[in-house]
Amino acid sequence: MNFDLSDEQKMLAEQACGLLAERSAPERLRALIGESAEYDEALWRELAEMGFLGAAIAEGHGGLGMTALDLGVISQELGRANASLPFFSSVVLAAEALSQCGTEAQKQALLPAVASGARIGTFAYAEGAADWHALAPSAKFAEGRVTGTKSPVADGGIADFAVVLVDAGNGPALALVDLDQPEVTRRKLDSFDQLRAHYAIDFAGAKAELLTGATGAGPITRLLDIAAVQAAFEAVGGAQACLAMARDYAMERQIFGRSLASYQAIKHRLADIAVAIELALSNAYYGAWAAENAPGDLPAAAAVARLTAIAAFENAARENIQVHGGIGYTFEANCHFYYRRERTLALSLGGREVWADRLIAHVAR
Amino acid sequence: MDFNDTPEEATFRAEARAWLAANAPAHVLPEGERLEDFDEMARGRAWQRALYDGGYAGITLPRALGGRGGTIIEAVVFAEEEGRYRLPKGPYISIGLGMALTVIGKHGTPEQIARFCEATLKGEITWCQLFSEPSAGSDLANLRTKAVPDGDHWVVNGQKVWSSWAHLAEWGIMVVRTDPTVPKHKGLTFFVVNMKSPGVEVRPIRQISGASDFNETFLTDVRVPDSDRIGEVGGGWGCCMTVLMSERIGSGSERESIAEMIDYARHTPRGAGAATALDSSAVRLAMAQALAEERGEKYLQARLRTMISRGEDPGALASMIKLAYAGRNQKSLGLGMELRGLDALAASGEAEATQKLQYEYIWSTVMRIAGGADEVLRNQIAERVLGMPGDIRTDKNVPFDQL
Repeated sequence: MNFDLSDEQKMLAEQACGLLAERSAPERLRALIGESAEYDEALWRELAEMGFLGAAIAEGHGGLGMTALDLGVISQELGRANASLPFFSSVVLAAEALSQCGTEAQKQALLPAVASGARIGTFAYAEGAADWHALAPSAKFAEGRVTGTKSPVADGGIADFAVVLVDAGNGPALALVDLDQPEVTRRKLDSFDQLRAHYAIDFAGAKAELLTGATGAGPITRLLDIAAVQAAFEAVGGAQACLAMARDYAMERQIFGRSLASYQAIKHRLADIAVAIELALSNAYYGAWAAENAPGDLPAAAAVARLTAIAAFENAARENIQVHGGIGYTFEANCHFYYRRERTLALSLGGREVWADRLIAHVAR
Repeated sequence: MDFNDTPEEATFRAEARAWLAANAPAHVLPEGERLEDFDEMARGRAWQRALYDGGYAGITLPRALGGRGGTIIEAVVFAEEEGRYRLPKGPYISIGLGMALTVIGKHGTPEQIARFCEATLKGEITWCQLFSEPSAGSDLANLRTKAVPDGDHWVVNGQKVWSSWAHLAEWGIMVVRTDPTVPKHKGLTFFVVNMKSPGVEVRPIRQISGASDFNETFLTDVRVPDSDRIGEVGGGWGCCMTVLMSERIGSGSERESIAEMIDYARHTPRGAGAATALDSSAVRLAMAQALAEERGEKYLQARLRTMISRGEDPGALASMIKLAYAGRNQKSLGLGMELRGLDALAASGEAEATQKLQYEYIWSTVMRIAGGADEVLRNQIAERVLGMPGDIRTDKNVPFDQL
């Protein structure tokens, strides 16, 4: 047994962390919000050049053929930086859907472009407040066309194509839709997360083709499991950033004649967050390992990673503002990026209730 | 990263499994039968002797001390395989192997090592721990039991508490105050004490569980030869740290109990028709959270073991696991009682399982206090991992007799 990152993975983490700390610094994030930017385009191009966008895409399809754990290392750093990028939509969800379920022609057509950053994909699954995780969507696929509305769709404004959860007549399926066609209408929504744009997308008989490997619930839930592990890594990175911010602020803040960090009311709270982060990170490591080495255990591994990551980031994002006190409520204090992103990650792919059910259904068989 | 055994570990596991298959069945405890303490300890000694003869006693203990000189991963593998059998392995064995031999091995003289190591590994000597006192728990260095020199002996007077199995142990590891005129951590000295010495009186403590796992130990004019002192006079605190660190590395659950609880919920009728407790979304959410945390503890434990096996400093990871486990375990057991409904208060059927749950719920309070209380661990994590300031200490640098 060896349950640690390899030296190469530790170097990858260091490299990503250093780059993002510089390029995606809080001033940059505040500027992006000020411009109502859809994403950080310059940073996206830079990550593409470094090979990060194709990290987990097969070498035959223009990627580096790395593992889910390597991708997780990158996801964690993106979470730590709270980067404004369509990484989760395009690299994790859309590319993984193509890799897992696409035909060879579909993979050849799109994966090299995702890896190079030339094209951006997204995953359109939700239909408003409706319960999507029963995988019985209203959106329909018939005779090569998709009809229906998906909302909200993360990064829906900048995406070139979408993988759409549809009812193909005989059950759930994934349809590949080019978003640049007259039968597709996109409407920008007021996104709670100011650094991740969300859209409503109408498909009025849009031309589409099925990912033939994704008929029925099995491959779709596997895709969700794989993505859930990456979301857990991203949440852990965000939680770690919140903990570091809260610690640093408490260390410099003086109150009643001594450091705020010297009070047990603060120390114990941050210690609990540190523990929750390590539990979540350990589950995320196992989830990434299981995705490739213990597929039978992936549903449970993904669910536990997701549940502990939601818990850790939720608490860290809230207590970060609390430890900052009033200053934490100001735009310049930078706590808000994480407070908003936390909700994005907690609700995307389904919240606690969904993953608790999936976990129990898996272990109580 | 690989969660599976390496080829070497797999070979070791196969060997251990074969050896256990040949040797363990004769030592398995009878199911459902509560043994008398003396009987249980006798069986524990016999199993320890079998382990010694088989080369599996003290797997991580250096060969120089009579151990196997193996890795921590091998110790884990062996414990996993040994755990398949219901064997007598109580504190009467683990205090000796995990604490006494650790401290004697690190701070003891060659003569002390020769006197105690082999006999302990063979199960011939069992040990208890004489650390805590009525006014020295988390603040262990506040202890008052004192030893004064008298020729080549020390005369010990005081009271120790929470000493598991002290009523049957041959020897105790003990820390006492030898100099009250210096600050409290500096005036301590470490000894091994023969529990059959005149003046040692062990009384059982009546606990909230109704059982008496722990004792108080009264020491009245107990004469301890200077040859039973471990380490330097005034070096007792360092010895205590050696013991406490080894205790924390060993903490945490090996047993995965939430799956059993989910299984129980799945078979517990609730409401109308064929509904069970597991049909309740509230139950599912609570169980799922508990399982997620339990798994996190398990994989964090795997990370810790990887670090230790490489000789890296795991910092406060062991404290994190202990803190997470103790709190989650208490919550899970409380939830387990709720699943049973009023039957958990007084069972009409399946009384044995209910009694076990009731007992474990009471015992779970101990886990949050013993071996580093929750609050002590949180301080440690905040200070060592997060680099936050230590608490304000009014007793620092003040001689003990002026506190």
